[in-house]
Amino acid sequence: MNREAGSGTGETGNQSGFPASAALPTPPAPASRFPLPASQFPAIRMLDIDKSFGAIRANRGATLEVIPGEIHALVGENGAGKSTLMRILGGLMKPDAGRVEVNGRDVTGWSTSEAIAAGVGIVHQHFMLVPTLTVAENLVLGCEPKTRGVVLDYPRAAGDVRALSNETGLVIAPERLISDLSVGEAQRVEILKVLFRGAKLLVLDEPTAVLSPPEVRELWTVLRRLRDKGDTIVLITHRLDEVVDLSDTITVMRAGQTVARIKTSQTTPAEIARLMVGREVSLSAGRRVQPIERATPAQPSRGLEVRDLSVVGSRGIRVIDDVSFSVKPGEILGIAGVEGNGQTELVEALAGLRPVVAGTILIDGDEVTHRSVAQRHDVGLSHIPEDRHRRGLILEYTVANNLILGVQKHFSDHGIIDRDRVMENALSEISSFDIRPPNPALAARALSGGNQQKVVVAREMGRSFSVLLASQPTRGVDVGAIEFIHKQLLDARSQGKAILLVSAELNEVLALADRIAVMYRGKFAVVMPASEASEEVLGEYMIGTKKGTAA
Amino acid sequence: MSTVTQPIGAKPALAGTPWRERAEEALIPPFVALLVALICGDLLILSYGQSPAAVYRLLLEGTWGNAYGFGQVLYKATTLAFTGLAVSFGLRAGLFNIGGESQLAAGGFAAALTGLALPVGTPLLLALPICMIAAGVAGGVVGSVPAYLKTRFGAHEVIVTIMLNFIVLALLNWFIAGHLHVPETLHTPEIHAGVLPRLADMDPRFHGSAANLALVVAVLVAFVVWFYLFRARGGYDLRAVGLQPPAAEYGGISVGRVWMRALTFSGVIAGIGGINYVLGYKHYYEDGFASGAGFLGIAVALVGRNHPFGVLIAAFFFATLSQGGLAIHAFVPKQMMDVLQGVVILAVAMAVPEVRGILRGARRRTDA
Repeated sequence: MNREAGSGTGETGNQSGFPASAALPTPPAPASRFPLPASQFPAIRMLDIDKSFGAIRANRGATLEVIPGEIHALVGENGAGKSTLMRILGGLMKPDAGRVEVNGRDVTGWSTSEAIAAGVGIVHQHFMLVPTLTVAENLVLGCEPKTRGVVLDYPRAAGDVRALSNETGLVIAPERLISDLSVGEAQRVEILKVLFRGAKLLVLDEPTAVLSPPEVRELWTVLRRLRDKGDTIVLITHRLDEVVDLSDTITVMRAGQTVARIKTSQTTPAEIARLMVGREVSLSAGRRVQPIERATPAQPSRGLEVRDLSVVGSRGIRVIDDVSFSVKPGEILGIAGVEGNGQTELVEALAGLRPVVAGTILIDGDEVTHRSVAQRHDVGLSHIPEDRHRRGLILEYTVANNLILGVQKHFSDHGIIDRDRVMENALSEISSFDIRPPNPALAARALSGGNQQKVVVAREMGRSFSVLLASQPTRGVDVGAIEFIHKQLLDARSQGKAILLVSAELNEVLALADRIAVMYRGKFAVVMPASEASEEVLGEYMIGTKKGTAA
Repeated sequence: MSTVTQPIGAKPALAGTPWRERAEEALIPPFVALLVALICGDLLILSYGQSPAAVYRLLLEGTWGNAYGFGQVLYKATTLAFTGLAVSFGLRAGLFNIGGESQLAAGGFAAALTGLALPVGTPLLLALPICMIAAGVAGGVVGSVPAYLKTRFGAHEVIVTIMLNFIVLALLNWFIAGHLHVPETLHTPEIHAGVLPRLADMDPRFHGSAANLALVVAVLVAFVVWFYLFRARGGYDLRAVGLQPPAAEYGGISVGRVWMRALTFSGVIAGIGGINYVLGYKHYYEDGFASGAGFLGIAVALVGRNHPFGVLIAAFFFATLSQGGLAIHAFVPKQMMDVLQGVVILAVAMAVPEVRGILRGARRRTDA
């Protein structure tokens, strides 16, 4: 480790003595649409990075090389080691082995403050903003301009912010309170914050997870502008369409290793998916699945029926306002919408986790409006919750014990858990859902995100049910697992289950649902057959520019 | 072998964490903590101008070295086992029961009253369960108050149990001082039935020590607690609530009901602990007999890492320190043992995660 070099002023160049043109082990010399600057140094070069957490080796000889002035996509399955690699780059972690170079300077094992000083800025997946302060106050936090050394020079701060905002195209009024901003606007502030600190090398970790399609397009425009201005951008994402849309070069990681570095113009989404997973994947998202023919007309009393439902949120406001709908057996009703428009509360109210103020909920004709979670289970409700770490799993419990959560009473006799049956159940679910590693005695915490989600899906779909609430069933899950979970949902539909699918992924809703509802501010802005829906049509309802009537 | 999470090409690892690793992780960290405590003890003893070796020898002779001392250790460990199990049972559900002191006293009081009410000559096989039920119910009633207040109004159980200690102990004092005492004393008359046989009745070498059949009851209760926590559905629910309340709620578990059950039964366990003193030792209820055993139960639960069997070992260890303090009184003040107890608690709280991390690190290096 060469700490001394890392703490230099930033313009010292290649102190390490290694030739800057040392060939990368796997990929050939990268070609970029933009000529290399005179320095000839890659903006980032990470070589043979190793990093372990306990028994888990997050990075095993991972390699990344990013040319200055490009948008570089870093893709890979969950647990492939992308975030770890970026945390090492940002100085949040020190690698166990390997070299990190930024602009040709050996900075292995540097600190976050050194990284910021050298112009490396990381935009995190979760917002880190003070909600009670204004945009300008948040941006200058820690480096406030002051009058007479004490009082915050607010006009100057606001002026600085406005100038930067105009220059980058990240338009936002500096005087607005963070708590009043939408998610998309908050994200803009996050990016501005990093740029404000002088970042020339931006890392964005899953930036689009919470954005509506128009907001995503806006973000792309901004990122392209930043690139054209000469900034370097690393984009971590799961969504292959984004990768192909935006990036110049792609690095694919799998199981902690770098498996490929390709020019975007020379590849296809299918190839990237194959590289990520290590086998052929069918990309069902984006390809419309034909709805199954129903020979018999659905009985009206079966499935899920919701009438005039109102739910009050944690701040006393009606987060669900007089919503009515039904999901028939053999049907998937997709609910699209920007997060925070009541989807979470709707699912929680249906699952029995949130009290209902008014209205009725029927499952297969049984009224369950005020029944407990356990009683709803008994009449045939199954629920894949949106947050597996908070609700879906008990992380300290073993996989076997997690696979009986909610159905534990069916696995016990006279109050004693039948451990043989629990183990039997675990082994069969593990093999039919391909949960890896296939070890029922492992704590759920030790699994990767995708496998944790498979545990939840296996449990909820492995038992007998007639109505399924699937909330963000593929969030933070890699392509291979997404394909698998989608197939499970479609199989359940053809078996005559009624499925309510809530997803922030428009593609997912479009590909799986028979009918699509858009939630906006606690109401259904529109309900339409999936055949009439498209990203553009739904997008307008999602951001509230178009209002329709619930069909 | 370790359990590596590999998304691709992982070899199936059918075994869980191997028992040897689990045993190492369970045993080595407490030993390191003990070593730290011993070194601190050395320094303390040296500061009194005494030889640590001589003092420790005396400590061992006074506790494990002779039957009387060992009997006293077992007697003290019995009460601590009950209060430690009570605290750990609550903690498994994520609730901190600081009310062990008053629950223990209430249990002892009820056991004494029951023993008084039973006719002379009631066979032990009948009298013991009745007294135990009475003690358990009394402790459970005291425990159910914070449980109800928490479930119904969201009152924090730490505050309520602490405050309830004062109320219950003052009430018991009033009963004893005002109504039930033998003149000139602060205790009840001797019980008529339910006197537990002492260890000394079986082996005369234990003569004079207070160790009694309640020890066996404590071990049985520990086993029942273990079985409930790790084999019964109720324990599955209880631990789920303790680990992740939102997930438990999602799993159809009524969090409020589990809280109610956990705190009430925590009180029941502490209450039954009252039989050790009342039925096994003095045969009457005396004001202030708990004398901190309820509070020490928190430390016992912590050092025993909330595992019923760990609690038994920790109770034995703390009882040794307490009895040892008396044995070495001639050389160093017995308060040294209180200091040492504090050091042990700190050392366990800090050393256990540290040492565990070092162990795992070392294992990884040998794997690589």
